[in-house]
Amino acid sequence: MPWTRDQMAARAATELRDGFYVNLGIGIPTLVANYIPAGMSVTLQSENGMLGMGPFPFEGEADPDLINAGKQTITELASSSYFSSADSFAMIRGGHIDLSILGAMQVAANGDLANWMVPGKMVKGMGGAMDLVAGVKRVVVVMEHSEKSGAPKLVKACSLPLTGAGVVDLVVTELGVFDVGRGKHPLTLLELAPGVTLDEVKAKTEAPFEVKATAAA
Amino acid sequence: MASKVQTSAADALAGVLFDGMTIMAGGFGLCGIPENLIAAIRDTGVKDLTVISNNCGVDDFGLGVLLAGGQIKKMISSYVGENKLFAELYLSGKLELEFNPQGTLAERIRAGGAGIPAFFTRTGVGTLVAEGKEVREFDGEKYVMERGLTADLAIVKAWKADHEGNLVYRRTARNFNPMMATAGKVTVAEVEVLVQTGELDKDNIHTPGIYVDRVLKGPVYEKRIEQLTTRPKQEVTA
Repeated sequence: MPWTRDQMAARAATELRDGFYVNLGIGIPTLVANYIPAGMSVTLQSENGMLGMGPFPFEGEADPDLINAGKQTITELASSSYFSSADSFAMIRGGHIDLSILGAMQVAANGDLANWMVPGKMVKGMGGAMDLVAGVKRVVVVMEHSEKSGAPKLVKACSLPLTGAGVVDLVVTELGVFDVGRGKHPLTLLELAPGVTLDEVKAKTEAPFEVKATAAA
Repeated sequence: MASKVQTSAADALAGVLFDGMTIMAGGFGLCGIPENLIAAIRDTGVKDLTVISNNCGVDDFGLGVLLAGGQIKKMISSYVGENKLFAELYLSGKLELEFNPQGTLAERIRAGGAGIPAFFTRTGVGTLVAEGKEVREFDGEKYVMERGLTADLAIVKAWKADHEGNLVYRRTARNFNPMMATAGKVTVAEVEVLVQTGELDKDNIHTPGIYVDRVLKGPVYEKRIEQLTTRPKQEVTA
């Protein structure tokens, strides 16, 4: 069985380390917060100007002055701090954030990432994604393996406008985990989801990839 | 010195608006937006505006009301995904749009207010954002040159102000407001609480009054929430 959205988030959460400062994107990456291992201290950064994001507020206690980068109401923790957008992106661009987990439309074997624009169709904007992938020490993408149309998302070269060139370290999909290594070494399949075959992954992946010995076992 | 304190949003904007001007507006989504000043700008009918703001409100609130009135010619933003009218106007060619990465936008405004005409950043290298811009290598890494940004007018929202224009923001409603306050030729701040000078903690002023030309205590605040997310209250059992 391919992994569910929650299982993908749980797999991505194994990339967390004690003491990490982490930025989570919208969608499946947000679910990673539910899988922080017990006893591990991880501080979540929200690029609109907060370190130490707490859970959603109780009903009736939402504060319009306290939202995350997805514009959802949240709460603060004892350890939280607030700052301006310029300070927030100084943290991001300056390499002070350990890990960014975000979604993607396409990832290429050379580490290129596209997730902000479909020419002529979608005008939303890149938000903070370009800054995150340019500045954060390690970039993990969590995405569906294929488009709804069946088109592959792990490609030889991105056809969509890039968010960053040579920036992706690791990709988690419902079928498995790939080491991208920012394109500095060949794309490598590290793990298969339980019951998923190598042939299925090969059929659904445009980019050629190597297979780590332990993945096919 | 004339008092900075204004008694209405219309007074706070008197004499500073003109067609074709550039306006910076603070806020992230609908959080920390100068909602009274935006409404007052709508009421004047000023047009052909270039608006610099991270987002463009929603269809009937925040900067969305200026879009609806056809008052905006161009937006400089990082994300406009919450606004249907925006997409329609842009795709039909009625609205110019310049997307900036969010951190680049914040830093351009910070730089503009600090007298720095340009800077180099790694953000956007190898993407559409870098097209037509100087790319230079430092210590083996490529960086793209981005320009500082200023505006004819900056409108910002703070939580508290004193009569000197010293400002204190609250929680994540701070966002772009502090940088924008420094980058307007004229800066108008609206606040929820106006206190006597001397009542704010001088060690905890976020925007010193030198940047603020006019201050308004907003008459009403809707402070609309874009995405209300909550969890149920746990029943406490003995």
